[in-house]
Amino acid sequence: MLILTCPNCGVSGEETEFTPGGEAHLKRFGPGSDDEAFTGYLFERKNPKGVHFERWRHAYGCGKWFHAARCTVTLEVFGTYSAQTTEPPAHIIDAIKTKRPDWEGYE
Amino acid sequence: MADAVSAVGGAEFRGAVTVREVGPTGMITLRGDLGSDAVAKAVKAATGLGAVPGEREIGLDGDKGAAWMSPDELLILVPYAEAEKAVTAMEKAPGKAHALVVNVSDARAHFRISGAGVREVLAKGAPVDLSPDAFGAGTIRRSRVGQVAAAFWLSDTDCFDLVCFRSVGEYMFTWLSTAGAKDSLPGYLS
Repeated sequence: MLILTCPNCGVSGEETEFTPGGEAHLKRFGPGSDDEAFTGYLFERKNPKGVHFERWRHAYGCGKWFHAARCTVTLEVFGTYSAQTTEPPAHIIDAIKTKRPDWEGYE
Repeated sequence: MADAVSAVGGAEFRGAVTVREVGPTGMITLRGDLGSDAVAKAVKAATGLGAVPGEREIGLDGDKGAAWMSPDELLILVPYAEAEKAVTAMEKAPGKAHALVVNVSDARAHFRISGAGVREVLAKGAPVDLSPDAFGAGTIRRSRVGQVAAAFWLSDTDCFDLVCFRSVGEYMFTWLSTAGAKDSLPGYLS
């Protein structure tokens, strides 16, 4: 079972209390961008075996969005952090590198 | 104005625990910067409480109270008949500071579940640690119960108050009655 800690209200809940929101830190390409960039924004998602960065919403709790870094193989959660960031913060990266020394890194 | 009718008409169930619909309760949503003086004034104006509840806390004073719902939202509890008056007082209190005050009394259902096994009844459907060590008085938890969203807190020893949306009030009453049926408690938490 996946257990996430909401950084907005401090509640540690199991996954049925949350709603997944897909890949985190997407950069939006809208009007004015070329077709290739727009296609990438719409359809191309990273899907490595292992470390994922995701958006989650505490739907049954405080209702706020946040980000989570977790491993899709073991369901280990490396950390959760504010939704108001455009890339994973340093302490999350460090936590992942400590536990997954051969992780290729973010991007 | 027509008399207020609650979600399940004040129904009561007696089994391993007692489930009772409290009936119309004044509930007001207050959104704003919870650390600000404006919100503190609004809470004081509506409930008389001197402090804004901290994270996941609920402050109760008789039939009035203030509960922490999210980092920018409080739930104010007052008697049903006083809700509109409280809204007016709360709208004035913050002055020019931004705050949102809405009377949501009629959008909610309010239940009271009491009895020795009450923690086990809720634990059957809410993914929450309800052991006495983890969940004490003064805590409010928003989560799900069965399949619907709800918030609950300890209003007394072995007595939980629970609020949910009115639209799922009947589901909630049925669920609580089923979970609280006689001889159905595992006896793990008591």
